[in-house]
Amino acid sequence: MRFTRTRTMAVTAGLALAMSACGGSAGEPATGAEGAEAPEVEVVENPEFEAGTKMAEIAEAGKITIGVKFDQPGLGFKGAADDVPTGFDVEIAKQIAGQLGIAPEDITWEETISDNREPYLQQGRVDLVLATYSITDERRQVVGQTGPYLVTGQQVLVKADSDITGIADLEGEEVCAASGSTSLENVETEGAVPAPADNYAACVDDVLNDTVPAMSTDGAILLGYAAENEGELKVVGDEFSEERIGVGYSKDAPEMCEFINESLQSSFDNDTWAEAYQFTLGGEGIETPETPTLDDCQA
Amino acid sequence: MRLVYENLDLLVRAFGYTLLFFVVAAVLSLLLGTLVAAMRVGPVAVLRRAGAAYVLLVRNTPLLVVLLFFRFAGPKIGLTFSFVDLDLGQWRINNIFASLVVGLSLYTAAFVCEAIRSGINAVPVGQAEAARAIGLPFGGVMTQVVLPQAVRASVPPLASVQIALLKNTTECGALGVLEAFGRMRSFTNNDPGQRYGIFFVFAAVFVVLVLALSFVANRLERRWKVA
Repeated sequence: MRFTRTRTMAVTAGLALAMSACGGSAGEPATGAEGAEAPEVEVVENPEFEAGTKMAEIAEAGKITIGVKFDQPGLGFKGAADDVPTGFDVEIAKQIAGQLGIAPEDITWEETISDNREPYLQQGRVDLVLATYSITDERRQVVGQTGPYLVTGQQVLVKADSDITGIADLEGEEVCAASGSTSLENVETEGAVPAPADNYAACVDDVLNDTVPAMSTDGAILLGYAAENEGELKVVGDEFSEERIGVGYSKDAPEMCEFINESLQSSFDNDTWAEAYQFTLGGEGIETPETPTLDDCQA
Repeated sequence: MRLVYENLDLLVRAFGYTLLFFVVAAVLSLLLGTLVAAMRVGPVAVLRRAGAAYVLLVRNTPLLVVLLFFRFAGPKIGLTFSFVDLDLGQWRINNIFASLVVGLSLYTAAFVCEAIRSGINAVPVGQAEAARAIGLPFGGVMTQVVLPQAVRASVPPLASVQIALLKNTTECGALGVLEAFGRMRSFTNNDPGQRYGIFFVFAAVFVVLVLALSFVANRLERRWKVA
């Protein structure tokens, strides 16, 4: 009897220990430039939509599922200990959800990697995709895309002591980028040897330990990594591509396009867009760009 | 599928990398695997134990873990292959390629060793004893008498191991070399509308490659059959 009790106590103590270990703080947000404040999310109360539209359906349900990336600091990033992702894509997603009357805490964040964005939209597993989703004609044949809410270009990240001054110096050299991404394609178009990696963090490692001379993707992401490894990495060269990052939605609900554009336009107009930019991608010496011009919705 | 036809050169280069991985790793793994098998059946206790430990360790580690070790952990502890830098036409054999080939070869060698050992077990004990009786040393017993018979019996399992190796090369597509699998991903990312067609073409080429391999294995089996 006594033996059993001792054992029960030991188990309880072990459990308590394990639980306290899990309760560690999630730490500071992974992004957020100094001094910048998180933009306010306007949650519309009882928004009105035409009956039968996708917007009415989502607003009625009171919840929405949004696909974002988890591995792009500043745009869409979720650390191992974080509960929710952070970044510019995430802030814009919150603004759009707010227009549907959905508070940030009622959003379900689904990780969408480059490969599964279209299938997830087609299967209805996510309602919207804001995952550094470049607008292209080929993608528009499969899913709906509107925006752009951000226009960026690709640059090159190299070691701080490297002589490379831009993509032109890297002809015939390996350049790392995430496999299946537009960045990898662009690197190849520029004459470099594409070296695919699972994600951009792996590329950073490769550059740091000299496996590849450089990596390349959107300048905004590279600046984030350069800041993380100050004195070891630097961003060089001009932007050599133009990515128009937009919002993906299902082709079954074309009425979403007008709504998304209106939401984006209102966040441009009331400065929440600029605040989101400063909060996530901004920093010392980085100017907030002009708001992009939205594409028209094809009826 | 149209996208694939328009980019046939990219498809050829991708499968070229797949085949390069396969050929180099197949040769290395067969050599190393045979050596380890000989160690495991040899008379020296230390070598026997070392061979057994190698097989136990490598065979129980997932391939991806082995590859990640050589690809990412290796460079951190100074294990780089930066001396490798070859240009074969449009194919580049660089440090990344070398580290992945080493991982693939070491992993496959453990399975080759066990396939060969099963073949050695199929050789009657009397054969080895007779070889020893005429005064052959261990090396002679293995190379002149036991292995020639063992390899015959190991052809079917060895073919399976090498077919697995061919398909395992796809793991390199996410780790730094744009081989078939990596190229398939960038194709589908470029044009998600043609997802099914692209998948079909890549799967079909793999089927053809595996069929070719099993054909060769079949021929060998027939030719070496004991009359």
